[in-house]
Amino acid sequence: MTERCERKTLTMGNIAVAEGAVQAGCRAYFGYPITPQNEIPEYLSARLPEVGGIFLQAESELASINMVLGAASTGTRVMTSSSGPGISLMQEGISFLAGSQLPAVIVNIMRCGPGLGGIKPTQADYFQATRGGGHGDYRTLVFAPGNVQEMFDFTVCAFELADKYRNPVMILADAILGQMREPATLVPEHPPVEYDKSGWILNGAHGRPSRNIRSMYLEGDGQEELNYVLQQKYEQMEEEEPRHEERWTEDADRLVIAFGTSARIASTSIREAREEGIRAGLFRPITLYPYPKKALRALTKHIKKILVVEMNCGQMLEDVLAIVPQGVKVAFHGRPGGGVPTHTDILEKLKEL
Amino acid sequence: METNVFKRPQALTDTPTHYCPGCGHGVAHRLVAEAIDHFGLREHTVGVASAGCSVMMYKYFDVDTIEAAHGRALAVATGIKRTHPELTVFTYQGDGDLASIGLAETMHAANRGEKVCVIFINNAVYGMTGGQMAPTTLLGMKTSTTPTGRSLHREGSPLKMAELLSKLDGVAFCQRVSLHDPDQVYEAREAIFRAFEAQLEGLGFSFVEVLSACGTNMRMKPSDAQKWVANQMCQAYPLGVFKDDEA
Repeated sequence: MTERCERKTLTMGNIAVAEGAVQAGCRAYFGYPITPQNEIPEYLSARLPEVGGIFLQAESELASINMVLGAASTGTRVMTSSSGPGISLMQEGISFLAGSQLPAVIVNIMRCGPGLGGIKPTQADYFQATRGGGHGDYRTLVFAPGNVQEMFDFTVCAFELADKYRNPVMILADAILGQMREPATLVPEHPPVEYDKSGWILNGAHGRPSRNIRSMYLEGDGQEELNYVLQQKYEQMEEEEPRHEERWTEDADRLVIAFGTSARIASTSIREAREEGIRAGLFRPITLYPYPKKALRALTKHIKKILVVEMNCGQMLEDVLAIVPQGVKVAFHGRPGGGVPTHTDILEKLKEL
Repeated sequence: METNVFKRPQALTDTPTHYCPGCGHGVAHRLVAEAIDHFGLREHTVGVASAGCSVMMYKYFDVDTIEAAHGRALAVATGIKRTHPELTVFTYQGDGDLASIGLAETMHAANRGEKVCVIFINNAVYGMTGGQMAPTTLLGMKTSTTPTGRSLHREGSPLKMAELLSKLDGVAFCQRVSLHDPDQVYEAREAIFRAFEAQLEGLGFSFVEVLSACGTNMRMKPSDAQKWVANQMCQAYPLGVFKDDEA
């Protein structure tokens, strides 16, 4: 840890994601330009060739995600990144990745929609990211970083978990996190975990029977069986992967639940509230799917007032309402379309609880 | 003493196909398999299947295969070949897949000169979904979605993919062949061999457009469907080599 601290450099969030991918062993990137994530492909276009990797600017996001699928089928650690409309175009391919049980990392530096929208920060793609997004009964594991260091660390982790589950993993961040600069250590805490892929990758049927990777199983109950295999993976994720952070919760009588940039702003509000004698705490989900349900339920044993803060009109709110028991008061504060909640607004809402 | 002069290529499995009587897929599969055998590539090949009747080609080819989303076979092939240039990669696509929903992927993969082989089956209809209009449906031809025949002013002209692609610098080899009689099948075999050879030589994108019959959706007997390909398709889609960088 000491060595990591000593090696801190001032780094942009998007660059931290890109270098995190390289450090995780990502050796292929396919993508299409869209603001506010362009620093990722720009950085990787120079960086990946240095480590013997492949960078290719695709003709569209449709092509990008399917190039990702092709590279993933050979066992290569592969990534794409985009925003809003581009992530929407990729949904068919993400569904194919999940159905074909292929690992890949997809980065969404969100822009505010709907439609073309704008490039201001938002958290409006929560539903799209956590509900699968494309067609079919599938899930993607979703990380929500809250600072530049986490943009790096969670990208490394995303590659490990994508391989562990043979499933797409998404990094979901807003334009503030993508564009801001902070000191960060661009060295992983440990060497990235590798998984044996020799049992399923396509690399030519040399000395083994030929293989096929597909998501369509027309015969018998094959399609239903595939879905149960996927559900087993999601159950394992629910058991093993939920991550969250708690601050000031030990003596708290009220709780702010927020992720990413919203959690940072809420932290300021909570400090101010505590100066005024209001015992507020913070619950920050780090994985948005699987959601840290057990940890949140445990907190509601002694905390009965909750304020959910998001940069949207109440998407994570639906998950919170489904998790917390009856008798817990849940209020909401959010701003859509690029609006960013202020710490004073959140403080006022905390007082009103 | 008996000598076996005609046997199943090693690159095909011993599986009866689900294709209709008179369909060209079985013949085209065999020709691709013969090329794979000829160059000794069975253990070094990945085939990319596309949405359509041939989506189940993994049952018939004894090589590694992957199933692409509709229209995206050449993006998937790009991802495989770029990360593993030592593999031989081919896509097997129909007219709806390659020339309609996947036209952008086709043009850009060709223009980048991706070193992959494309086997493009042009039968002028959407086969698997029941005979709707394809981008290659002939003018005046009736399909389930052009009940009065394809109209120049309503649906536009059939797309001539071999001609279009041959104009791109990245394309190393481009030929149109047909399967309507044994002589043409032999020509098609030569073209597919040449396409694989171009990939092995690292010349660029290689493309073989194969005119093929879909008697079922044309509501024709298999023999009549072959005649229709010979008379109608070959007139609209002239056979020949459009580009060969080696020649």
